[in-house]
Amino acid sequence: MSNRQCTVLVCQGTGCISGGAEPIYSSLEGEIAKPDLRENVHLKRTGCHGFCQQGPLVIVEPEGFFYSKVKPDDVHEIVQSLLPERKVVKRLLYRDPITNKRIPYYRDIPFYSKQQRTVLRNCGKINPEDINDYLASNGYQALRKALFELTSEQIIEEVKHSGLRGLGGAGFPAGQKWEACRRAPGEVKYVICNADEGDPGAFQDRSVLEGDPHSVLEGMIIAGYAVGAKQGFVYVRAEYPLAVKRLYIATAQARERGFLGRNILGSGFVFDIEIFQGAGAFVCGESTALVLSIEGKRGMPKSLPRPRTTEVGLWGKPTLLNNVKTFANIPLIIIHGSEWFASRGTERSKGTAIYSLTGKVANCGLIEVPMGIKLREIVYGIGGGPPGGKAFKAVQTGGPSGGCLPAELLDMPIDFDSLTAAGSMMGSGGVVVVDEDTCMVDVARYFLDFTQKESCGQCLPCRLGTYQMLQILERITRGEGVPGDIERLEWIGRRVKEYSLCGLGTTAPNPVLSTIKYFREEYEEHIYNKYCRAKVCALGMFRIEPDECVLCGLCQGVCETGAVKEIRNKFFIVQDYCNKCKSCYTICPVGAVRVEKYLPKEVTK
Amino acid sequence: MEDHLSEILPSYRGKRSKLIPILQEVQAKFGYLPEEVMRELATFIGIPECEAYSVATFYAQFRLMPLGKKRVAICRGTACHISGAPKILEATEKVLGIKDGETTADLEYTLETVACIGCCALAPCLRINEDVHGRLTPAKASELFPAPSTNKGEQDVQ
Ligand SMILES: Cc1cc2nc3c(=O)[nH]c(=O)nc-3n(C[C@H](O)[C@H](O)[C@H](O)COP(=O)(O)O)c2cc1C
Repeated sequence: MSNRQCTVLVCQGTGCISGGAEPIYSSLEGEIAKPDLRENVHLKRTGCHGFCQQGPLVIVEPEGFFYSKVKPDDVHEIVQSLLPERKVVKRLLYRDPITNKRIPYYRDIPFYSKQQRTVLRNCGKINPEDINDYLASNGYQALRKALFELTSEQIIEEVKHSGLRGLGGAGFPAGQKWEACRRAPGEVKYVICNADEGDPGAFQDRSVLEGDPHSVLEGMIIAGYAVGAKQGFVYVRAEYPLAVKRLYIATAQARERGFLGRNILGSGFVFDIEIFQGAGAFVCGESTALVLSIEGKRGMPKSLPRPRTTEVGLWGKPTLLNNVKTFANIPLIIIHGSEWFASRGTERSKGTAIYSLTGKVANCGLIEVPMGIKLREIVYGIGGGPPGGKAFKAVQTGGPSGGCLPAELLDMPIDFDSLTAAGSMMGSGGVVVVDEDTCMVDVARYFLDFTQKESCGQCLPCRLGTYQMLQILERITRGEGVPGDIERLEWIGRRVKEYSLCGLGTTAPNPVLSTIKYFREEYEEHIYNKYCRAKVCALGMFRIEPDECVLCGLCQGVCETGAVKEIRNKFFIVQDYCNKCKSCYTICPVGAVRVEKYLPKEVTK
Repeated sequence: MEDHLSEILPSYRGKRSKLIPILQEVQAKFGYLPEEVMRELATFIGIPECEAYSVATFYAQFRLMPLGKKRVAICRGTACHISGAPKILEATEKVLGIKDGETTADLEYTLETVACIGCCALAPCLRINEDVHGRLTPAKASELFPAPSTNKGEQDVQ
C-alpha cells in the first residue's frame, strides 16, 4: 500500500443503521467515484464496532481516525480530507465525555483501549458479507489445521485444556461437553449453535453474527469434525433480521468455497449448516426446549429426570449445543493453542467475556474484557460512569436470570463463579448500570413481569410462583404493600428456585432476592412510608415548597385532577385529589415540588 | 389464497418438523395465519389442527388476526425500561389511539411491545417495520406518527 492509499470503514451494525449509516455509505460511494479517489480509497461496510451510542461511525485506516455521529452532510469533508494528503477532520472526532477533549485515534479512546478484543477481533474491521475479507484475516486457517493436522481427540484435548467455558450463561466446561457428545453412541449426531439471545438487554450474539459470521461457522465445523456430526443448525431469533441475512450469505459463500458441504477442503469430511429462525420464546434458549422447537413443536423444557442433550438431543440423537461466542472462540484456540487462551482470565474462568454495557453510563456499547476484571473497571474505566453527575446505584447482570449488585461490590472481580456467589449470574452477559433515578423494586417487578410472561407454564412452581411474586411486587409499587410482603417474596422465591423444572424458574427469583438482599430499605420505604426514593413509582407525599416557588403556575396547568390550588399567592397540593402522576414534579422549573415520605402512622390511618 | 399456499407447501414435502418454517412463510405471505390456511397446512403435514394451533399460539411471532401495514414495536428491554420505555409506550398509544396489542381500524398500524430489539445503546427505542428509531423521548416518539384523529376504532389481536 502506498501511503496515498487508505480504507474508509463504515459501520453497518443495527445501531449505526438506525442512526442513518446507509445514506452515509451511498454518498461516500458517490464521492469516491471520482478517478483519483477511486484508485486510492477503498470503501468497506463492516459489522458492529460496539460503540453503538456514538454511531454512525466512520473510521479511516491505516491511521485509525475515528469519526463519530457522522451525518451525510459530513461526507464531503471527510472525502476532501483523504487526498492529496490525509488530514484529520477535527470536528467529527470523538469527544471524551470526561476530559472533554477530542481523541483522534480509535486505539486511544478509553472505551476501546481498556478492552481486549479477541472474539470481536474482526467485528468492525471486515466486511461480514464477503468471505474474502475473513480469509484475509486468517479465516478458516483453524479449520485447515484441525482437518489436516489434528485428530478429533486432539481437538477435544485442546479445548478441554484451554479451560473454555460455555458463554451462553451457565459456564459449563466446553471440552467436557464435546467429549461427552463424541463418546455418546450413535452414527448420527448434530451440532447446534444457540443464537436465541432471549435476554432483554443483551446484544452480543447479534453483533458477533452481524459482524463476523464466519468465525461462528468455522467453530461449528470444527466442532462437527471433533464430535462426529454431519449436520449443524444455527438457532437464531427471527427478531434479528440482519443477523439472519448475513448468516444466509455466509453459509452460501462457505459452501461455494468448499468449507461446507461434502468433502470439505478435500478431506472427505462432510458437514453442512442449516439456519433455523426462532419464533420468539425466551424459554427456547434452554437446551431441551430449543431442540423441541427445531423439531417443530412447542418449546417446553423436558421434565426431570432428563437425559443430557449430548446423549439424547435433536430427534433423539446426541447433540452438541453451544452458544455463539463459545463457537467463535474455537478457531482462536485451535490456531493460538490452549496455553495462549488459558493465559487470560481467572483460575476457573478463562479467556474473555463479552458484555453489553448499557443503561446509565456515559459510554454504552459492546465490550470484550478478560474474565476477572473488576466491575469498577467496566462501569467507570470503560463506561465512564453515570452521566450528568448522577450517583451510581447498582449493576444488573445476567438479565432476568441475574441480579443486582450494589456499589459495595464494585471491586469484586467478575467471572462465572463470583457472580453466582453474589446472587447474580453471568447469564448472557448483559450489564445494565442503574443510577439514583432507578427504583430497585421497579427493576425487580420489571424482570418478574418478563419471566412470568415467558414461563412456559408446564410446572407449577414457576407458573404460579412467578405470578404470585409479581402480584406482590405490583402491589408494593402501587403503594398497597403490607407488612410481611418482603418475607413472603423471600419464601416463595426460595421455593421457585428450588422446585422449578428448568433454568428459567430456578433463576427467575434472582432479581427479586438480590434486590431484597442489597436494597431492602427501598422495599421497606415502599411498604411502610409509601415512598419511592427514585421517584419512579407513583408514591409519596407531593408538596410545594413555598420558599422556592416562583408562582409560575405551571404545576396547576398540568395537574389533571385539580389537586394544585392557589390561595393568596401561595400554591399547594390537596392530598385527597393528588393521584401522584408526577406531572407537577416534572414540570416545575425550579424544583420546588417535593416528594416526601409518609410517616408510618399516617399510612396506617 | 390456495394459490399462495400451493407455492409454499410442496417444498416442505409434508414434514412435521417443518411446521415452524411453514408458519413463518405463511405469515410472511399473508401477514398473519388465516383460519383456512391453518386447516389446510395441518392436513398437508398430517397433524390435527389443534396441534398446529398449539404451536402457533406458543410463539410470540405468530398472529391469528390481520395486522396493520406498519408494525410498531416498542422495545421493553432492560436498558429501554430504565430509560423510560413505559412513557414511550404511553405516548405512542395516545397518538395512535390504540393500546398495546391492538390494530387501528383502518389496518394502518399495529402496536406491540417486544422483549428487546437489541439496540440497547440507543435506548429507549422503537421499531416501525424494519426501521429502528433510537434515543427517543415521548415527544419524539409521537412525531413519528401522523396526528391522532382518524384512528379511533379498535380491534384486538390475539
Ligand atoms: C430460560 C433459559 C434461556 C436461555 N437462553 C439462552 C440463550 O438465549 N442463549 C444461549 O446461548 N443460552 C441460553 N441458555 C443456556 C442454554 O440452555 C445452554 O446452557 C447454552 O446454550 C449452552 O451453550 P454454552 O455451553 O456454550 O454456554 C438459556 C437457558 C435457560 C434455562
